[in-house]
Amino acid sequence: MAELTALFGNVTNLTWQMAVMWIVGGILIYLGIVKQMEPTLLVPMGFGAILVNLPMSGAITQTINGVVEEGPLDILFNAGIANELFLLLLFIGIGAMIDFTPLLACPQMMLFGAAAQFGIFFTLSLATLFGFNLQDAASVGIIGAADGPTSIFVADFFNSKYLGAIIVAAYSYMALVPIIQPPVIRMVTTKKERMIHMEYKAQDVSKTAKLLFPICITVVAGMIAPRSVSLVGFLMFGNLIRECGVLDTLSDTAQNVLANLVTLMLGLTVASQMLADAFLNLQTLAILLLGLFAFIFDTVGGVIFAKILNIFLKKKMNPMIGACGISAFPMSSRVITQMALKEDPTNIILMQAAGVNVSGQIASVIAGGLILTLIPRL
Amino acid sequence: MIENFIASLRVMGLGMLGIFAVAIVLVIIMKLLTHFFPADKKDELKG
Repeated sequence: MAELTALFGNVTNLTWQMAVMWIVGGILIYLGIVKQMEPTLLVPMGFGAILVNLPMSGAITQTINGVVEEGPLDILFNAGIANELFLLLLFIGIGAMIDFTPLLACPQMMLFGAAAQFGIFFTLSLATLFGFNLQDAASVGIIGAADGPTSIFVADFFNSKYLGAIIVAAYSYMALVPIIQPPVIRMVTTKKERMIHMEYKAQDVSKTAKLLFPICITVVAGMIAPRSVSLVGFLMFGNLIRECGVLDTLSDTAQNVLANLVTLMLGLTVASQMLADAFLNLQTLAILLLGLFAFIFDTVGGVIFAKILNIFLKKKMNPMIGACGISAFPMSSRVITQMALKEDPTNIILMQAAGVNVSGQIASVIAGGLILTLIPRL
Repeated sequence: MIENFIASLRVMGLGMLGIFAVAIVLVIIMKLLTHFFPADKKDELKG
């Protein structure tokens, strides 16, 4: 009997909060597998959420009879996320995946990327009214960037205790771009505006320009927002190995093996922050709500900016392209292109949308860097 | 809370100003890059 009690005694340590986290983990796995929403991240995260919420889970650090036994997920967290290493490595992969040619062919699209970061700063202010301090508010606001790694980087930099909730919100909403953006865009545009055709002049970009681009961006971003130089630098280094033409093997490794490996580690490790005690509270609900606001106002910011520009332009722009300024690439540009085609089957704005979308990648990283620079100075 | 909110408005103003300033600098750089290093036929052939 005593042996049986010893074997199954741990069951009595199970709490209802842990069971709720199993359900949360199950939902994440369901969304990843069945709904195909960011499965590379949501499936490991969901599984990890169950793993760390088992009573006395050996996956995380536990103190047993006064002895601290380090769990592998906490070791990985300290080795890869607490020092931002995983995020930076992931940025090399992301940089290697992005083709900046549509942006170089039409540089002014960069301004839409800037405008679409409005939601970040708007939500930052809103979050302070919900009782979050400035650091946590900034970590919540950055969800609007639709850029998971930047969200983690900023939250991690500020040692936010809401890291788990922020990551869940960031990646869930990123996967929900096709559901969130269309109704918001329809709300702030007229049918006539959505039907505006945009002329696209195919402009070739030289290899030299493509090669110098990542170096120049790193130097400029580093000079203006030095805190973001590692973010921008790793992103641009990834792009340099893609464009240089002599490091195809490295580029291929960064795009596939490195990005997949880091994402796998990231998803599972992040789950160490999804302990029931820290996750199941009103702040998590507030973060999920504010994250949605951030996404909506980023979309609105980009569209309204395009509408303001249209007041002064002779050749009007389709204001929907402003919504691509969030960095969910290439999902956002695909959604906007499909919306334009739905309004008018002859209206193809894919290249303009792609240009704005890649500018959003850069702008979101710069926005993150500016926040890291501004907040500590206040 | 109000103190944080007022500080956040400052971050919003400076942040949006900063991001547009950086964006404008980047636009200028991209314009210069494509102006001084235009695509030639050799590039096109190489893809």
